[in-house]
Amino acid sequence: MPRLMIDGIETVVPQGATVLQACESVGSEVPHFCFHSRLSIAGNCRMCLVELENGSKPIVACAFPAEEGMVIQTKSDLALKAQKSTMEFLLINHPLDCPICDQGGECDLQDQAMGYGFHSSRYRDNKRAVTNKYMGPLIKTIMTRCIHCTRCVRFSTEIAGVKEMGMLNRGEGAEITTYLEEALNSELSANVIDLCPVGALTSKPYAFVARPWELKKINSIDVMDAVGSSIRIDTRGSDVLRILPRLHEDVNEDWISDKTRYACDGLKQQRLDRPYVRKNGKLESTSWSEALTTAALAIKNLQGRQMAAIVGDLVDAESMYTLKRLMNNLECPNIDCRQDGAKVGGNMRAAYLFNTTIAGIEYADAILMVGTNPRWESALINARIRKRWMAGPIDIALIGKKVNLNYDYDHIGVGPKTLVEIMNGSHSFANILNNAKRPMIIVGMGALARSDGSAILDTALKIASNTGMLNSGHIDNKKNSIPIKIWNGFNVLHTAASRVAGLDMGFLPHNDGRDVAGIIEGVKSGTVKLVYLLGADEVDSDFGDAFVIYQGHHGDRGAHIADVIFPGAAYTEKDGIYVNTEGRIQMGIAAVFPPGQARDDWKILRALSERVGETIPFSTLECVRSALCAEYPTFSTIDAIQPAKWGEMFGTSHVITDIPFTYPINNFYMTDVISRASRTMSECTEAFVLQRHNSTCLSKERQIDKSVVG
Amino acid sequence: MTIKEIADDNLQPKSFEWTDESQLMIDNTLKQYPVGRQASAVIPLLNIAQRQNSNWLPIKAIELIADTLDMPRIRVLEVATFYTMFNLIPVGKWFLQPCTTTPCWLRGSHEVMSCIKDKLGLFEDYATTSDGQFTLLEVECLGVCANAPVLQINDNVYEDLNYDLTAKLIQNLKNGERPKYGSMSNRQGSMPKDGPTSLISLKKSDGVPAWWAKKKPAAKG
Repeated sequence: MPRLMIDGIETVVPQGATVLQACESVGSEVPHFCFHSRLSIAGNCRMCLVELENGSKPIVACAFPAEEGMVIQTKSDLALKAQKSTMEFLLINHPLDCPICDQGGECDLQDQAMGYGFHSSRYRDNKRAVTNKYMGPLIKTIMTRCIHCTRCVRFSTEIAGVKEMGMLNRGEGAEITTYLEEALNSELSANVIDLCPVGALTSKPYAFVARPWELKKINSIDVMDAVGSSIRIDTRGSDVLRILPRLHEDVNEDWISDKTRYACDGLKQQRLDRPYVRKNGKLESTSWSEALTTAALAIKNLQGRQMAAIVGDLVDAESMYTLKRLMNNLECPNIDCRQDGAKVGGNMRAAYLFNTTIAGIEYADAILMVGTNPRWESALINARIRKRWMAGPIDIALIGKKVNLNYDYDHIGVGPKTLVEIMNGSHSFANILNNAKRPMIIVGMGALARSDGSAILDTALKIASNTGMLNSGHIDNKKNSIPIKIWNGFNVLHTAASRVAGLDMGFLPHNDGRDVAGIIEGVKSGTVKLVYLLGADEVDSDFGDAFVIYQGHHGDRGAHIADVIFPGAAYTEKDGIYVNTEGRIQMGIAAVFPPGQARDDWKILRALSERVGETIPFSTLECVRSALCAEYPTFSTIDAIQPAKWGEMFGTSHVITDIPFTYPINNFYMTDVISRASRTMSECTEAFVLQRHNSTCLSKERQIDKSVVG
Repeated sequence: MTIKEIADDNLQPKSFEWTDESQLMIDNTLKQYPVGRQASAVIPLLNIAQRQNSNWLPIKAIELIADTLDMPRIRVLEVATFYTMFNLIPVGKWFLQPCTTTPCWLRGSHEVMSCIKDKLGLFEDYATTSDGQFTLLEVECLGVCANAPVLQINDNVYEDLNYDLTAKLIQNLKNGERPKYGSMSNRQGSMPKDGPTSLISLKKSDGVPAWWAKKKPAAKG
């Protein structure tokens, strides 16, 4: 623990900390570009020069280890002169195009040039010009602005795990590029836009859209996957213009996936902005009053058991709870929140959560993944696993189709057979799990959303018990700052943002009710005559003759088969509670109003309940929340994980088929109604999933570049 | 500083394989590095590949090296573009690299350059004559400043050049000869042009080498 003096303030920093971190610990700001706390140290921008007493020359604070007895001056004449001179060098080749640069207003170089720059340049020669590079449909490049901090190269190599980015040539000719200008094929690629301290890498879909000072910024929660990343929604007027990550150490760190960031343009397409009723086989727009009456009439004519309700993947807890109350009042037991048919849920909360927690992955020493492709199902959990893999030796094994996860793993099988072998102890990986101190098992929807899903869940639970994943055994906590008291290595990786909330409130068939498969069957046999779809678009059925009420925000599959459509609010348009795959309760905040006549989902359900004659006594969102928390106390603590207790096994043994696991997501960029409506996501699908290299687009871009430069 | 362009697709070979000779050299090179540190051999391997492929590196060779050393392709390309010694576009049989850094420039490197321009019509970097025999690349210091101006042709450095000597050298190469490298003005090593100017009082009995004793001192006293 070196003790050192910075600007006259004494401080003690951990062993191995750098001078820059020591300076930050006493609140002395040191300008810097290339340093980033989550990336390796490069030390190549030279902006963080500070004076070391008795040193022969200024030192680079970001790369210099803090040592006992150092005396550092960050504001001395020497330090300021060094910083000013570095800034002058950086600005020699940096174009003065701030007025047409998208980074303007949130640019590190611009800000620091105000603080540390000269008033004018002494440089009289020509500035260098660099041709722009193609990096895919998300990243716009203006490479003349690049100051070669290599943050993007380090991010893509270290965090994203795609080693395709680098710096070619040398000296004044140095250029950042991808290998042969291929698109940067990573689900986290757009984070380089945030990392870029200048306007060299900017957002292509957001190009020339708005200035940062025009935007209203709302902190909210993402629903594109079950990670529940912390996001900032930037809006102007009624439009969501962009989505940026927000720091949350335990969930997404500083990053978000490309889908989270760019699916927001789908919020303007295909929207349901008025109620519709099907008349003579054709959907016609109508008034709220007529739509509610039509739906209420259909409901009133039926028994509880003749109805069914399915909720989709993007629904907030409050709406789900209101729907559950309505269905309870109507005595309808056929409710389900698992539209993919996953065999999860029940009394034992620990059996459907990601118990280890996302941050906990960093302490694991063996990971078994079953029927999951975390790279596409939750890119940020995959990034955590990669972070753990980078940190030191770890055994990772996958059962399922072989995929590129950006880290090494053993591909030990494709189907349940291997899982059973591990349970019996006959597979070699069982020994690895047994010998590991903190083993983990991650069960994906690919293993659970199938007919023998509950048997597979049972097998996975048994593996967890057998290999000591669940004990509170001694945890060597010397290295860790976060105390983990009880290690629970059993994890279910969900893909839907609404799923855990639905399971927590028991939005499941009860009293011999039907699950999704049963509802589809019931519709076929004519027993189920009405289906209420709350944002459920991924159910594999058109519900034949049944009366379909669709409540949601996009004109997607659910709306096409509906008889009545209630236009609801998307996640950026409503306050709502979401529970991520860890069981973390998080609150999303509305950034804009729903379009047209669309309304908050719980209000629609409240209005419908009145028409049906089963009024739910909710008058405000707070009423819904207090009722929800009273009934299910887990919802009461925001941004916390209530540790789930391990209980008895299901004990039921079913037959396990030997069909290989398939993954639930075939296209990372299009998984829900919002991303399916997004133009940017369809471009990503073309470029990355279909691997269709957009050559005409590329050559056109190159021509433009040449005409600008030459 | 020249930005190294990568050869167009129509110039790139369809495939690149190690020859047996190269493979042997690679095996020997890799032995020099500890297990897991094979990536250190990237520069030797680039050199081997370039020698195998008439003095330039196609993209297929970069990718083969990346596969051989189990490292990302971009890391190999970074190294190949960093060093001027690696060519990423096809070059002629004779790769002319005149030095124009200050010492050579003071001693007349412009004569070498203008001779190459006159005789071969080459004045831009990586320009190749139409017969594919000569390629020009103006380079920085070759470390032979005492014998400036110098011109490196493939692996050899030709020293003490002027316009006429360069013209003669080029003519020799055109005729299919390989002139002896080193000083073109018949100077011994980096010795002063007109013979020794120091240590001239040494006698044979002082242990002076035979060639020294033969030399007639240029100036006395």
